[in-house]
Amino acid sequence: MKLTARLRPIAFIAVLLVAWQVAVSRHPAYILPGPWGVIGGIVDLVRHGFLVKYVVASLFRVTWGFSLAAVLAIPLGLTIGWYRRAEMALNPLVQVFRPISPLAWIPLAILWFGVGDASSIFLIFLGCFFPLLLTSINAVRNIPSVYINAGRNFGLGPADLIYRVFYPAVVPQLLVGLRITLGVAWLVVVAAEMIAVDSGLGFLIVDARNAGNRYDLVLAGMVIIGLIGLLLDTAMRSLEKIRSLRWAYSED
Amino acid sequence: MAVSETIGALPGMGTKLQVEKLYVAFARDNKTIPVLQDINLGVSAGQFVCVVGPSGCGKSTLLNVMGGFLTPTSGSVKIDGEVVRGPDPRRVFVFQERGVFPWLTVEGNIGFGLFKLPAAERKQRIAHYIEMVGLQGFEEAYPSELSGGMKQRLEVARALAVNPDMLYLDEPFGALDSITRHIMRGELLRIWEAERKTIVFVTHDIDEAVQLADRVVVLSARPAVVQEIVNIDIAHPREISSPRYLELRDGILQQIGLACKI
Repeated sequence: MKLTARLRPIAFIAVLLVAWQVAVSRHPAYILPGPWGVIGGIVDLVRHGFLVKYVVASLFRVTWGFSLAAVLAIPLGLTIGWYRRAEMALNPLVQVFRPISPLAWIPLAILWFGVGDASSIFLIFLGCFFPLLLTSINAVRNIPSVYINAGRNFGLGPADLIYRVFYPAVVPQLLVGLRITLGVAWLVVVAAEMIAVDSGLGFLIVDARNAGNRYDLVLAGMVIIGLIGLLLDTAMRSLEKIRSLRWAYSED
Repeated sequence: MAVSETIGALPGMGTKLQVEKLYVAFARDNKTIPVLQDINLGVSAGQFVCVVGPSGCGKSTLLNVMGGFLTPTSGSVKIDGEVVRGPDPRRVFVFQERGVFPWLTVEGNIGFGLFKLPAAERKQRIAHYIEMVGLQGFEEAYPSELSGGMKQRLEVARALAVNPDMLYLDEPFGALDSITRHIMRGELLRIWEAERKTIVFVTHDIDEAVQLADRVVVLSARPAVVQEIVNIDIAHPREISSPRYLELRDGILQQIGLACKI
């Protein structure tokens, strides 16, 4: 029973792949490579050493952009959330910047940082910073006041209050925010690499098209982006399974 | 009608808590809204006092001032002759069961306030209070795995573990179903008789007040004044269908302006 439930999605994907291959081979005009061609593309990439090189390049940028955003946005957001006045002062500014797609910053990023790692890291940073800032502000504002009052009642000083009440109360919400933001970072890196650098999975896709219409490599790139995105999300999700954090995701 | 006119504590016992000329007002939309007006009240050590009054009258505000979470506009709350200036582990607040920390286990919650004790003593205290509130076997459980009544017991245990002189309970059983509430009242009385803490218990349930308290403080509608203090002169365990019980309860219902008939 459980096994069949697990096999069902795999079987479904297998059927789709066969249908895709059949459709491609029967269609006269070349509009899409078949799954076999895509596998061939991936093998090509591995053989030339591009796959590892490009995956590492993309992950390197995501790691930096995402980490910088987390390190700056979380403490800032927690502080802003705690001080109501700071929130009221900064909120309009955040609300104006937030809806601007990080991709709109590409010209400025290239002007300021040139073509290279720095500008794509900057774009990923922008894509992560505002969502993380808002998550952190909300995480603080959602701490029920009874937890803070109970902490104070038991004689906790400011440092203990932060460590033993404030921190455990916000961590679950921050983890959700980090997971969603890492997904955003992975979306932004591909777009950034199409324009602002000459390596990485985004660059692979543009380059494969420009340098000879290698659509098998375009699709190979897309498949790898999808798989790595899935892996990143699964890794972040596994953090939510930690027993002392599970309270936040189960009940009310 | 045998209602007491006493404002101060009962004679012959040490006064634990003294509320003097307490006045609390909140500012809202540029207006000052008085919530508590000239509250005077004394509670003796070891006494169980219930505060009742109509919804929104300021019962919880009074308790928050007593607990040190709220500064009065004027007047004072003194405990053992000392003015209350902030929350203090010697007097612990029990919220509705929502006050337990969901990220800590039963043991972690009970041990929360014991961080200054050596590990061995902490462990022994935790075990003692787990047994007192009947949570054996749930030491490693998280609050989300407990029922409402168990969470409430956990919170009482967490409060008692730091060995306070006083407990403030703010409608602690308000969110429980009526059967659990009934059981919890019995448990609280048992614990109170064992530990003899001074208890101030806010409730909107007049039956609950008459079942539990030595004295019931009846507050008026906002801005609240002490309308009446009723001594409940029935020994525990109380017969809740006895004429005296009904007389006292109906007296309080009338004080609040409710008819005894529905």
